[in-house]
Amino acid sequence: MNPYEPQVVDVIQNIEETPTIYTLRLRFRDKARQQAYRFAPGQFNMLYLYGVGEIPISIVSDPADEFVIDHTIRSVGRVTKAMSKLKAGDQIGLRGPFGRGWPLQHALGKDVILVTGGLGCAPVVSVIRYVIRRRDLFGRLVIMQGVKHADDLIWRDQYEQWETLHDTQVILAASEQPSAQWPWHSGHVTDLMHTAVFNPNNAIAMMCGPEAMMNAAIDPLLREGLNEHDLWLSMERNMHCAIGLCGHCQYGANFICKQGPVFPFAEIKTLFGEKGF
Amino acid sequence: METIDDALFLPHSQLQSFIDLLWRKSYEVIGPHVSQNTIEYLPLHQVDELPFAYRDKQEPGRYHLVKTSHERYFAWANGAQALKPMTFKASQTLWQAHKNANQELEFSTPSSPLLNTAVIGVRACDLAALAIQDQHFLQGDYVDPFYQSQRQHLFLVAVNCSHPASTCFCASTGDGPHVEKNADIVLTELDDGFVVEITSQTAKDIMSELLLEPAQAQHWQQKSQQLQQACQAQTRSISKKAHVQISNKNKSQVWETLGRQCLACGNCTAVCPTCFCHQQQTEADLSNTLISQLRLWDSCFNADHSYFHGTVVRAETKFRYRQWLTHKFSTWVEQFARSGCVGCGRCISWCPVGIDVTAVIADLIKEACDESL
Ligand SMILES: Cc1cc2nc3c(=O)[nH]c(=O)nc-3n(C[C@H](O)[C@H](O)[C@H](O)COP(=O)(O)OP(=O)(O)OC[C@H]3O[C@@H](n4cnc5c(N)ncnc54)[C@H](O)[C@@H]3O)c2cc1C
Ligand code: SF4
Ligand code: FES
Repeated sequence: MNPYEPQVVDVIQNIEETPTIYTLRLRFRDKARQQAYRFAPGQFNMLYLYGVGEIPISIVSDPADEFVIDHTIRSVGRVTKAMSKLKAGDQIGLRGPFGRGWPLQHALGKDVILVTGGLGCAPVVSVIRYVIRRRDLFGRLVIMQGVKHADDLIWRDQYEQWETLHDTQVILAASEQPSAQWPWHSGHVTDLMHTAVFNPNNAIAMMCGPEAMMNAAIDPLLREGLNEHDLWLSMERNMHCAIGLCGHCQYGANFICKQGPVFPFAEIKTLFGEKGF
Repeated sequence: METIDDALFLPHSQLQSFIDLLWRKSYEVIGPHVSQNTIEYLPLHQVDELPFAYRDKQEPGRYHLVKTSHERYFAWANGAQALKPMTFKASQTLWQAHKNANQELEFSTPSSPLLNTAVIGVRACDLAALAIQDQHFLQGDYVDPFYQSQRQHLFLVAVNCSHPASTCFCASTGDGPHVEKNADIVLTELDDGFVVEITSQTAKDIMSELLLEPAQAQHWQQKSQQLQQACQAQTRSISKKAHVQISNKNKSQVWETLGRQCLACGNCTAVCPTCFCHQQQTEADLSNTLISQLRLWDSCFNADHSYFHGTVVRAETKFRYRQWLTHKFSTWVEQFARSGCVGCGRCISWCPVGIDVTAVIADLIKEACDESL
């Protein structure tokens, strides 16, 4: 067995979410492999584009969906831009899933606070959808998302719909030039942590996005009384192998691809926020 | 070292027969040569290819070989590389991709038949490093199949060090200068030949063909004296508790100083026998149809190593040096239950500006002590 070698997957659909964000819907060429494929939200795959390269991308489809595997990707560089041109019927390589996902079992019965920043952090959106599809299994749901520009909010109508659900609070903020069409807060979402309503003794927070944003959100949550073992972050670093061998994602004694990408704050707090690690 | 048979004595005059025997047993025999002003491991056919009468003079930022009047083959410590390039290759094709006649994507793993390889001359530090790399590439959740097959084909003839370099500090890390594990045969060179200790069945079967005499009491005596001297000759050392003592030093002033000295050339990581970082690159053949995914040695001293989201996490050299040192000497212990340093001193000799890691660690520990007063 060669753990570096990808498997062939078919592109079922390439959905344009915004001019720079797209969702690739994939299925293994090999049927048995598709049936056997299991993952946890928060885990990621390595996607390979023929002749171009291989990159880590989170899985955003529902783990109960046996037929397709979705990845929402932002065009930023060589590989992601080239992948944006894929069409139904094309083939790419995939290996995975890798890493530790979100603690969803641990979250059952608890209030769930989801904090994301930057350009719609897909892995957290997959958790929102996961919780909403299984709404009765969880307590309150607090969705907090910060963006730079109003236009950066993808799946906007979904947020509007989520806001109407019972026991669900949606807190959105745009930090720059909010337009008249932006009914929510202008400024940083982390300034609004105090408006989140949850029971700190029975809650779990999951966040993903730029480290500075997560760093700003941590203190207020801990001050509210949330336990640092109930505060989970998805970390990102350069990755080449995804199997704990290449050393690129090393963070202290952790390989983010292996022990992470999702960590309880308690496990990484000595390094978190320290420049250069 | 666990031996499985009584030790033998191999006179210098029979070293050639030993090499010939290994070739006859279908091993590709690799041994030390004087090459490019250092010692390199290359195919070995004749005893006179060995570094006979050479000594290595090593100091921070310096390595050179001198010819002396002594009559030994292995009276030197080490060269820039030993086993690492044989098991964890500097360049390795991991897999290939092509499109078949129907334009469908296909992946395959190239297979290359491997020769059994006998390596003569490896040192205690090299073998300790090999054990660490075994742990990394073979004993985790994912086994590296390339490392594995190269490793399985190795037959290791080790040599106990009699003449450590001034940069060696394996006695303080507990990894040398005597060979304790991982070899098939351990040689101790004396003035007229070698004490031969046999530690695997394969080695026993091979050596039986040479019809050697058992080692005598006087050989044992010379051997133990020589090993004791080799330990005592080492002047550098690293604290056994360094991993704890430096664990709170992420904000130390020492990094600022080093950030100004270090050239971020990555030499230390290239010569380090335990460093495992690598990168993958996609390479096309001339017709742009067969695409190979290559694995190449990488270094945490390269800017690309920490690139993501359009930025470099460790843009400043001080952060790269800190990443390397804190990993090797501190967080490594959490990952591997031992330090990542085997005391070979290569990073000291091959550093173009002569940074001495033992001194850096001593500075960090001193700073930590001063702060706790
Ligand atoms: C665990 C994990 C999950 C991720 N999930 C998603 C996701 O769901 N959606 C999404 O759009 N992006 C995700 N990313 C980021 C995505 O991997 C990078 O945007 C992508 O690698 C950039 O590649 P590029 O060639 O287009 O960019 P370039 O800037 O040209 O990058 C060149 C190379 O650098 C490395 N690299 C660059 N940026 C990153 C990065 N952020 N992380 C790791 N390696 C990088 C890659 O090897 C890449 O090929 C994730 C990253 C990680 C580590
Ligand atoms: S570090 Fe020890 S084992 Fe390695 S060459 Fe020096 S003396 Fe020999
Ligand atoms: S990506 Fe290679 S070790 Fe994590």
